[in-house]
Amino acid sequence: MAADNDVIVVGAGLVGSAVAYGLLRQGLRVAMLDEGDVAFRASRGNFGLVWVQGKGYGCSPYARWSLASARLWPAFAAALLEETGVNVELVQNGGFHFCLTEAEFFERRERLQWLQAEVGPEYGFEMLGQASLRSRLPGVGPGVTGASYTSMDGHVNPLKLFHALHKACLGRGAALHGNRRVNDIRYADGGFTVTTSRGALSAPRLVLAAGLGNKVLADKVGLYAPVEPNQGQVLVGERIAPFLRNPTIYVRQTDEGTIQIGDSMEDCGYNDTTRTEVLAKIAARAIVCFPQLANLNIVRCWAALRVMSPDGFPIYQESTTCPGAFVTTCHSGVTLAAAHAQRIAPWIAGLSRPEELDVFSGERFLDPHREFHNDH
Amino acid sequence: MHSEPDIVVIGAGPAGMAAATLASSGGARVALLDEQDGPGGQIWRSITAAPEARLQTLGPDYAAGLRVARDFAASGAEHIGRATVWQVTREGVVNYLHAGVSCSLRAKRVILCSGAMERPFPIPGWTLPGVMTAGAAQILLKSADTVPTQPAVLAGCGPLLYLLAWQYVRAGVSIAAIIDTTDASDYRRAMPHLPRAVMAWPYLQKGLALLRVLRRKGVPFFKGATQLSIEGHDAAQAIRFTSGGKSHRLQTELILLHQGVVPNTQFTWALRAPHSWDTAQLCWRPDVDELGRLQDVDQVLVAGDGRGIGGASAASIQGRLAALAALQDLALISTDKARPQIDAARSELQRHLRIRPFLDALYRPKDANRIPADDVLVCRCEEVTAGSIRDFVKLGCSGPNQTKSFGRCGMGPCQGRLCGLTVTELIADARKALPEDVGYYRIRPPIKPITLAELSSTRDN
Amino acid sequence: MTTNAFSVLPGAVSTSLVNLTFNGQLRRVPAGISVAAALLGSGEMRLRSSPVSGAPRAPYCMMGVCFECLVEIDGVPNRQGCLISVQDGMQVRSQEGRAQLAQQQEPHEHA
Repeated sequence: MAADNDVIVVGAGLVGSAVAYGLLRQGLRVAMLDEGDVAFRASRGNFGLVWVQGKGYGCSPYARWSLASARLWPAFAAALLEETGVNVELVQNGGFHFCLTEAEFFERRERLQWLQAEVGPEYGFEMLGQASLRSRLPGVGPGVTGASYTSMDGHVNPLKLFHALHKACLGRGAALHGNRRVNDIRYADGGFTVTTSRGALSAPRLVLAAGLGNKVLADKVGLYAPVEPNQGQVLVGERIAPFLRNPTIYVRQTDEGTIQIGDSMEDCGYNDTTRTEVLAKIAARAIVCFPQLANLNIVRCWAALRVMSPDGFPIYQESTTCPGAFVTTCHSGVTLAAAHAQRIAPWIAGLSRPEELDVFSGERFLDPHREFHNDH
Repeated sequence: MHSEPDIVVIGAGPAGMAAATLASSGGARVALLDEQDGPGGQIWRSITAAPEARLQTLGPDYAAGLRVARDFAASGAEHIGRATVWQVTREGVVNYLHAGVSCSLRAKRVILCSGAMERPFPIPGWTLPGVMTAGAAQILLKSADTVPTQPAVLAGCGPLLYLLAWQYVRAGVSIAAIIDTTDASDYRRAMPHLPRAVMAWPYLQKGLALLRVLRRKGVPFFKGATQLSIEGHDAAQAIRFTSGGKSHRLQTELILLHQGVVPNTQFTWALRAPHSWDTAQLCWRPDVDELGRLQDVDQVLVAGDGRGIGGASAASIQGRLAALAALQDLALISTDKARPQIDAARSELQRHLRIRPFLDALYRPKDANRIPADDVLVCRCEEVTAGSIRDFVKLGCSGPNQTKSFGRCGMGPCQGRLCGLTVTELIADARKALPEDVGYYRIRPPIKPITLAELSSTRDN
Repeated sequence: MTTNAFSVLPGAVSTSLVNLTFNGQLRRVPAGISVAAALLGSGEMRLRSSPVSGAPRAPYCMMGVCFECLVEIDGVPNRQGCLISVQDGMQVRSQEGRAQLAQQQEPHEHA
């Protein structure tokens, strides 16, 4: 099929941009379609963690997939810096998952022991009681029972990442079409025609990276991506003097000095309005973690919708009825950005298929004998 | 104090006091929340504490607030001062800070009267110490009898600029210059509206009298001023501009800027109410019906400059209209009894709004002073320049929320109040699109910063 | 930095005065006015430095929307000086860059 583009990427958020960047590095001509300024935009709402510990409980391929991505991250960040001049402020100095009760502490240890058994001794972790934790993170409150620590974890500035990816994509000649909502996709003659609110585009390959929009779009190309919104709320505090260099699961200090405090997981439909009772709970928990933050001015709160699959794990699949159509969706677009650029994109470009991907096909959700839950 | 009043009014300016007074006299339980100690809002700031000398200096429009404040005090409405409202929900829940604790009220109707604020004036050097708004100078005069020590330099356009100059003259403060951006094209634009403005003769007369005083006093006017820029390294030292075909440089450590006021729309945006771009006033206005009911949000009404700039008298009338609407909704007044009052108020409102098209046309802020050159700071809090925002547009950002995520513009403590309009217009200009298609920041609570401890304390409500 | 850009009108009705310190220096200011007004009226202009670039900043709007008048009051950082009334004995400090929250200890990096 004659076309100006080798591949159309639907969705220019963190997932779409990372995939597009990887495809561009493979030498493909890429068109990116983006919905607009007030779309749900999961990419604007994330915590910035490059996080491995605890993920993939009950699905060790996901743990390995996350770990592999974390390992690819330094080279990924360096490449973005070199190409765009934007420093995404990657810091991988280890992360702490706070446990606020004994029960949480035990559950955490069990989880990590299981993961270590599955993944191998490279999956190193420490369980820290209150005293040890306080010796490593002064300022931890007396209400914190302990924490798990791994050196695998880190954080990054997600907005700078987004900026860098966009700049890199445009720098490599991607055609970015903003304010285009995709209305229809047709497969014919070995290619795809995507009809948007403002015109149509064609290409032999198609990547669905439209977040919550994937659910409807996947259907059109013989893919199954039953994603639902899961709301997370975050408080953002003013800039303060440096007080915390390691990311923790509830509180992190960004490279700019602002404090990010999260988070929550609620199923409340397509609703990205903040709810006071949830914000208050998040605030109270942050004070338990670090009592000195009591006087921190909260400047912004936001709620964003995670793109949540029934089991919480990604969906990566190529369509069999419409070969050349791919769906890529997850709710850890930051951690997995490196993998998306450096392992998913080559697969989409026709190169090696990562072996982990079998587990992540969308059709797993069609199995009537399995039950899914996503509260990991 | 009731935690469930019938009506909560937010803002104790002309609109808020009028709404609270009428609603309370109509039998509703009313609580009025305001950030200041005493009532008055901005135009009647510190009115209840004003000594006679200050009333004289500031003039009759200020003194008029005294009677309104007294009526309000006698009305039975509860006045909660030093209250910082940080959230209003669609269901009528109002969360506010008072004495370091977060409190909550649940009302059947909320009347938003948060008024207006100065339009941003992004010119080179506008963030230097020594650069303030004319409104700020007025507040210092009204609330603290504090005035410039050196001859004052005023720059921009609009009635408030001239009013301040007049008040300074009466207070014995010397004016070094009024650098007026109004030019011939503004007069031409305003001419078609003059007949209607003449019907609002008292307003026109007031304005002309004011200008006469300034001319008689010999206040230097520089007309048609363009290319305004403020010089200084750590503080303002001088202002440069072009006027009458010549370039000028006035040495001064204090520059008072003004180019109109715009509605304070943080609450209405946070309620996700629809807004429209007003092409005459170059600002966003919440979509409301004639009584002030917010579209799509049954329990909230808006009155005063917050629904569109109209001045104090119009604000008071709108306050009464909103109160009448709320009283009807609460069945505290029958439609038969309300109708004549509403009709009378509506025609009174029309009279007071007649001058607006003329003023909006005559004192339309210049494009160059709203859509600045690349090196001018647009976001004061995060120090983002106009050029950066234009770069983000080139990278594909189509609206303010995307530019916010790329460059932090709008993420600081002022929550976009001082950069929002500029960013919308900048992006529209760069994209060759209309402001209404570009949109505005997504505004969310807290409407004012709140500490973690205060936020956490809301759980006890 | 004192500029004396503003001062209290000589003819103003004298209200009672209260004691306030600014960066350790004692000031006698009229009761009942805002901290920002008190500082401006006693000869101050620059009240803080920006936490982004360190640039000097001073009050701009005096009505609580610009957040330029942020000062530390009685140990609590980043308070809007234009919205808080002076109290006798208040200790005000300029807000230099980022806030330091109480009981902060040395940042510790564990790696």
